[in-house]
Amino acid sequence: MTAATARETVGTDPMVPRLFRVVHTRRDTRDTHTLVLEPTDGVPLPFRPGQFTMLHSFGVGEVPISISGDPAHPEVLEHTIRNVGAVTASLVAAQPGTILGVRGPFGTGWEVGDGKGGDVVFVAGGIGLAPLRPAILEVIAQRSRYGRVVLLYGSRTPEDLLYADDLRAWARDGGVRVETTVDNGPPGWTGRVGFVTDLVPRAGFNPVTAFAHICGPEVMMRAVATALRDRGVSGTRLRLSMERNMKCGIGLCGHCQLRELFVCVDGPVFDHDRIGPLLSKWEL
Amino acid sequence: MTDVRVFGSDGLDATIAVLRRRGYDVFGPTLRDDVVTYGPIESVADLPVGRGDEQSPARYRSRARGDGALFGYAAPVQSAKAQFLPSDELLWTSRPGDAASGPVIERQAAERRPVAFVGLRSCDLAAVLQQDRILTQRAHADVAYAGRRAGAFLIAVTCSDPADTCFCASLGTGPSPGEGADVSLTEIVGDGPHRFVATPGSPRGTELLDAVGAGPASDEDVAAAHRVERRAVTRMGRELRTDDLVGVLYASTESPHWDAVAERCLACTNCTLVCPTCFCTTITDAGDLTGGAAERRRVWASCFTKDYSYIHGGSVRTSTQARYRQWITHKLATWQVQFGSVGCVGCGRCITWCPAGIDLTAEVATLRAGDTALKSSRAAGPRPSPRED
Repeated sequence: MTAATARETVGTDPMVPRLFRVVHTRRDTRDTHTLVLEPTDGVPLPFRPGQFTMLHSFGVGEVPISISGDPAHPEVLEHTIRNVGAVTASLVAAQPGTILGVRGPFGTGWEVGDGKGGDVVFVAGGIGLAPLRPAILEVIAQRSRYGRVVLLYGSRTPEDLLYADDLRAWARDGGVRVETTVDNGPPGWTGRVGFVTDLVPRAGFNPVTAFAHICGPEVMMRAVATALRDRGVSGTRLRLSMERNMKCGIGLCGHCQLRELFVCVDGPVFDHDRIGPLLSKWEL
Repeated sequence: MTDVRVFGSDGLDATIAVLRRRGYDVFGPTLRDDVVTYGPIESVADLPVGRGDEQSPARYRSRARGDGALFGYAAPVQSAKAQFLPSDELLWTSRPGDAASGPVIERQAAERRPVAFVGLRSCDLAAVLQQDRILTQRAHADVAYAGRRAGAFLIAVTCSDPADTCFCASLGTGPSPGEGADVSLTEIVGDGPHRFVATPGSPRGTELLDAVGAGPASDEDVAAAHRVERRAVTRMGRELRTDDLVGVLYASTESPHWDAVAERCLACTNCTLVCPTCFCTTITDAGDLTGGAAERRRVWASCFTKDYSYIHGGSVRTSTQARYRQWITHKLATWQVQFGSVGCVGCGRCITWCPAGIDLTAEVATLRAGDTALKSSRAAGPRPSPRED
């Protein structure tokens, strides 16, 4: 018996990124940019709305970013990124032609199709609209299969509202009732001022048939989930997307644990029945 | 009939020599800075001959045993984790390619010599099998770890001299090695001639024992090995009851006891670094000054650092209370939900190497008592009257 030399296979290692080229960039708000990427090898990256990738700026670092593009077009990969640290600063500064690394897609999706036949309520806070955008596009693509579709969207200021063109198009052509509100309205703002939870009572959906999908800061999601459950939406028809520190994206590094859950593989999208009780615990 | 062999220390020397000749990097217990730790060995002379140890909360002392035992001590400071999941590992490097194809990523260390262990503790064997399950048998596999484990040869040893900090017997992970070893040894000292009773655990284990000419063990050899095991069981300083741990720790989420632990815990990360099952890692990316070449490394991480749970805007677990709770809850409770077993093998390292001497078996006992007190007060005490609107 002679010991075989250990060999490793690069192609199957989920820690090695694929290469994507930035083909288009768009500045959405003062701190948020959208990157449109294409794979350098031309092989599309199919994904389920709600999934994320580990997006890598070479020599700087890697962060989990939800996919914000259209699931019907996996040949392009779209990411909306807020500049909140060293890696995201490098990503939002990426110019067309820049090569980035991509691992994924990882995690669970919204699975909006579970709500076919009923109403659909999307509730977004700030950049939380980005992970919901693929789900909204999926619903609009099969609009006749759903009842009423509502998007309740809150941001800090009117300048922080994302995807203004989309919001208009979804309301005009997509059959989506879009309601926005801001925490702070500057002089001249004629829209609503207040928390996104205030929009829930007048959103006009049937809580028994509705499926709700929430994404935003954790404190906002807790409040919205409570408001929706108070209206009669059950915890198994209410989903939210969690954010935690992630280093591997594949359940091996440990960082994203929330009690027994690995947010990267068990989530990021969870039923409220499962995740709700954990959100009320201090520093869990 | 069970195949049981016996050989002397010359047979053990031959075993090491055969493994080395076959291309293995052989690791075994060694004495370094007066502490037993697994390191490279070339012969039995590299083992801590005649050394024993004393371990208690926040205390480790090496001692002379006064005999020629090769494995007469409890858990070495580090387990086999350092060999299979290194504390710092280069995952890949990248260098600028042409504009069309972008950076060229190169995986490092595509070829390396396989590792053999001689004298792996039973607790450490159990921990290796846990890490195998966690890192290679779930949805995504750790390719680098799997590569190192695939070729490894494991010779485990019955723990004859457990420490005051040991509790493997209560967890079923020792003192004798369970499944997973290619060969399991029991060292017999001071009970007839100095010898090793060896049981093969795999075809290649049998083949190795044949290759070194290990003859059949006598009934007396087998009986002597059983005596070593039985004596070790009675000499463990601690125990951990595991049947109720999920309930106890989940019920303790908001226990005031975390404040008491945090008054002692320094959040120094020693416990996670010496724990043979702790598998958390982090990724570090670095580029050269021109932004051309880059590399990605994976290093051990600890849930005791504030950085561990950082997301933009701050950390999820800012307090030591929350971080200790996370560690012990994961180790003993959520680990069971995630991986089907308790994440502790009873090696006692976290007790020995905690500078504050925090003892997880004692913390569990306190939390269990608190949980029981809480439940009985709920059962006996007045119920809050239902709210009337």
